[in-house]
Amino acid sequence: MFLDIVSSLSRWSMPVILFAIPLYGLLRGVDVYGAFVEGAQEGFHLAVRILPYMLAIFVALEVFRAGGALALVVNSLSPVSSFLGVPGEVVPLVLIRPLSGSGALGVTAELLREWGPDSFVGKMACTLQGSTDTTFFILTIYFGSVNVRKIRHCLPVALLGDLAGFATAIFICNKFF
Amino acid sequence: MLNVIWYLLIAGGVFVASSRGQVDVVTKAALSSANQAVETALSLVGVMCLWLGLLKIAERAGLVASLAKILRPLARKVFPSIPKNHPALGNIVMNIAANLVGMGSAATPLGLLAMKELQQLNDTPDTASDAMCTLVLLNTSGLTLIPASVIALRAGLGSSDPTATVGVTLVASAAATFCVVVLDALFRRRC
Repeated sequence: MFLDIVSSLSRWSMPVILFAIPLYGLLRGVDVYGAFVEGAQEGFHLAVRILPYMLAIFVALEVFRAGGALALVVNSLSPVSSFLGVPGEVVPLVLIRPLSGSGALGVTAELLREWGPDSFVGKMACTLQGSTDTTFFILTIYFGSVNVRKIRHCLPVALLGDLAGFATAIFICNKFF
Repeated sequence: MLNVIWYLLIAGGVFVASSRGQVDVVTKAALSSANQAVETALSLVGVMCLWLGLLKIAERAGLVASLAKILRPLARKVFPSIPKNHPALGNIVMNIAANLVGMGSAATPLGLLAMKELQQLNDTPDTASDAMCTLVLLNTSGLTLIPASVIALRAGLGSSDPTATVGVTLVASAAATFCVVVLDALFRRRC
């Protein structure tokens, strides 16, 4: 039931938006074609402005991962993680989640394939994946798009938020599943 | 802070790789990920243009303003520094709504548009304003009603109950959001 609603919601959202917004604009006497083109132009500038920030993060992360530093951190954390009730397989996900959205989704997909979506590891991975968003990506892109470099308290607060999300996810997964 | 972490990632990567005698990996990783960043940013161009085009129509038609009007009482509480009826409020509201239903690709252009409008209200263009911090933090904590991509992934891999983690995800992301909202209010006066 819920799944049906969700899947039809995701299937219909785009067509409905494409149909309804220009219709509403036409009814209100807006030059819809002109407005669309004008807005689309901003989209191009936005993507180009984000590029250098994205590149900085991508390069740092990939250098850290490819050289084996990430694996080293994961391995050295494994005694702590097992004490906290986190299966070792899930540790890379926790580390990658704040850094890379597509990377984290990739790790989650890999864990689900290996352990099965209905296993404890699988459910824990799914919950961790959804418990917070891609902190570093969002900080870089959002502030980068307006050329703000002094971000005040945002990084530590955002990371503490991630920690709260992970801790809650781990606690309730151990309790419920 | 981002300064230090960014450099630590690079320095850590170079250090570990060279201590294992795999220095070449660093070169390859740096060059290929730089290309990957360009590809990813360019792949955003299409989606961004499409959304921002549609949003421009919505804005001209007064849709953003009326949505903002409905949710203004709540948004004004969370963003007290934004003037009444400012278009940024409408975009912020839609950004959060898109995040709640798991439409991340729609949320990003809306959030960036809101940032641009907040920057116009900002007296110190190189430093984040209070409203910017709150908006960004709400996005990083990722409050989610429907984790659409996870549900799709679980269903695709043959789960007997693809929505099993929806409830716990909501609780966990609510905890993260609660945490950032409280800490943001505490810290924004001090730094």
